[in-house]
Amino acid sequence: MKLTGSEIVIKCLKKENVDVLFAYPGGVNLPIFDVLYDEKAIEVILCRHEQGGTHMAEGYARATGKVGVVLVTSGPGATNTVTAIADAAMDSTPMVILTGQVPTYAMGNDAFQEADVVGITRPCTKYNILVKDVRDLAQAMKEAFYIAGSGRPGPVLVDLPKDVVLAKTEFNYPENVYIRSYSPSLKGNKWQIKQAAQEIARAKKPVIYAGGGVLASGASKEVRELAEAAQIPVTNTLMGLGGFPGTHPLFLGMLGMHGTYWANMAIHNSDLIIAIGSRFDDRVTGRAADFAPSAKIIQLDIDPTSVHKVIKADVPIVGDAKTILSDLIQQVKASGNGVAGKRQPWMKQIEDWKKEHPLSYDQGDKIIKPQYVIDKIYELTQGDAIISTDVGQHQMWAAQYYKFDKPRTFLSSGGLGTMGFGFPAAIGAQAAFPDRQVVCIAGDGGIVMNIQEMATAVQYGLPVITVVINNKYLGMVRQWQQLFYKGRYSSSFIGGPPDFVKLAEAFGAVGLRALEVSEVEPVLKEALSLKKPVLVDVHVDEEENCYPMVPAGAAIHEMVFSDADSNKQAAKSGGKKTTGVLTA
Amino acid sequence: MQHIISVLVENKFGVLSRISGLFSGRGFNIESLSVGPTLDPDVSVMTIVTIGDDQIVEQITKQLNKLVDVIKVIDLTEKEYVERETALIKINTLKEDRAEALRIADIFRARIIDSSPNTYTIEITGDVKKVEAIINLLQPLGIKNLIRTGRIAIPREEVKSAVSRETSERRAVSG
Repeated sequence: MKLTGSEIVIKCLKKENVDVLFAYPGGVNLPIFDVLYDEKAIEVILCRHEQGGTHMAEGYARATGKVGVVLVTSGPGATNTVTAIADAAMDSTPMVILTGQVPTYAMGNDAFQEADVVGITRPCTKYNILVKDVRDLAQAMKEAFYIAGSGRPGPVLVDLPKDVVLAKTEFNYPENVYIRSYSPSLKGNKWQIKQAAQEIARAKKPVIYAGGGVLASGASKEVRELAEAAQIPVTNTLMGLGGFPGTHPLFLGMLGMHGTYWANMAIHNSDLIIAIGSRFDDRVTGRAADFAPSAKIIQLDIDPTSVHKVIKADVPIVGDAKTILSDLIQQVKASGNGVAGKRQPWMKQIEDWKKEHPLSYDQGDKIIKPQYVIDKIYELTQGDAIISTDVGQHQMWAAQYYKFDKPRTFLSSGGLGTMGFGFPAAIGAQAAFPDRQVVCIAGDGGIVMNIQEMATAVQYGLPVITVVINNKYLGMVRQWQQLFYKGRYSSSFIGGPPDFVKLAEAFGAVGLRALEVSEVEPVLKEALSLKKPVLVDVHVDEEENCYPMVPAGAAIHEMVFSDADSNKQAAKSGGKKTTGVLTA
Repeated sequence: MQHIISVLVENKFGVLSRISGLFSGRGFNIESLSVGPTLDPDVSVMTIVTIGDDQIVEQITKQLNKLVDVIKVIDLTEKEYVERETALIKINTLKEDRAEALRIADIFRARIIDSSPNTYTIEITGDVKKVEAIINLLQPLGIKNLIRTGRIAIPREEVKSAVSRETSERRAVSG
């Protein structure tokens, strides 16, 4: 029996076990929506802006590990997804974006709502395909899901012209897919793994530096096993949080620009770094030339381009983290007798660094400190919530103060740093796990960038709790202006409108507010008990800064811990602030 | 250092744009790029001449390999290879220069493929040095138009040394 292209698209989604579709209809994808009208197995979440919908798919994908799927119309519908696609590409989030396109015979003629979407998204997708013939459709869909979810995951866009989704053909979904030019290697080189085991046995001051690749690979268990077997402390990147238990005695917290002092010192002084699924991002390395000067580097990554890109690896192992680690653990266990004792001085040293500069803030009895809010969220959710964040100070505080024990519980825009990510991502995660506690920690800047999705949360009864850390500023921008631009707060004040409580209420959600310390806990408790979409507007100290901090251009052990420190540093460098290659 | 990279790609819509976009997006240099079909109509080969230190060229080859439509990447600079480029050079010729132009063409074994009372069009094929040398010599005569194909290159076939040929023959006999 022949099916239309639209029917084939939906059949393919079902074959790929897609249960939630984040979507927005428009002229050219109406045939697909018409098929969805009768489809019971796929829940359609109608977003209010395609960027929001695409971030939802990211949140869904990051929380579940499955491919997130988006369906939008041509032209503006498609271009609205671009930011979120670029975000997914940077953070290796598996997604399939289905965009409508004007009919093939109209393409190139500046038709209504036409845009060269394949051209526009070429550099920010893992792959993209324009389907010109309905007979190629099923194959294209199969390849899209395969490419999105395999190797280093990423977004794949499939452009679907209207005449293609209306045309009919026999439907045959390929069981397997073979692409001769694409075959990610999973198994690591045996000899290199042996080398790595020898380096680990030899090291006195090793550190595991684990990133988002651990989550993508599902290798959390293996990382823990390696760390425990060889007594190696673990630091996570922002993307890696949750990949190693945040409450584990071997956990050092996050490293990098706003990482913990002891994680950065451990990296800087280590003699062996085991990088797992992490790419030596500039926010992690600081001044790359002075990164871990005496460390040998073992790097596990599925993407060969991540190796030697920024920092030269002594033992590069290309492949899947889980697969490689399983082999490596065996070798380490076989060779590394009595390592624990050997590493006690190192653990003691790290403990001393931790005592020297612990994470801290001064919570007085009135003005709310933002870090206190995160602490309370952690306490009240018993560390068991899925937390999403936006980008900025609140994001760093969430990363510092919430302890993520489980994989896929921290959803944040790492690489691209997309304000407006957090709230829709939380909705996507909630759609995947309706019964789990999902909390979005946002700033008062980013939350309004996709606030329209509050309508989505309310419409579908997705009880996301949004805590706005409201300091009336674009906080991170203000912090940089204070530290590096002589306190000239150019265009960073955003206090005043909107009234977030009324805004939430206007959408049919619940709005709550905390103005003083004593109100934080009761308000959060109430929010967590309501099982409804809630926005909590927490007014915090306006000029609290995010510390510790590695100033731009500094090496990661050159941290500052307070405004006083920053001023000293500024005086020392004679007003010349940015000496390195780091950019804002 | 200059590298000649041969890239086998799927002959699909948009592949050239993926490759050129990769170079521009990541700030890699393209000195020249030429594309053409192979024996297999589904596969094209691109010859890219690029400049970079070892680390950059390593990134270039890895990033090329990472593209879904790229089948194979060979950095020819690491091997023995032969390269050729063709240039079509149209020169203005005053009457007294016409003989000189022909002499230069002759020296380089170039061919005159078009002629008008005031111009010659010269076809030259050779390695890049040869092409550049004839351009330099013709320049004083007045080059009106110059079109170069960009370099193409192919690995040299490895010739087995006499010793190894002998052993393989012996093996053939004893086998």
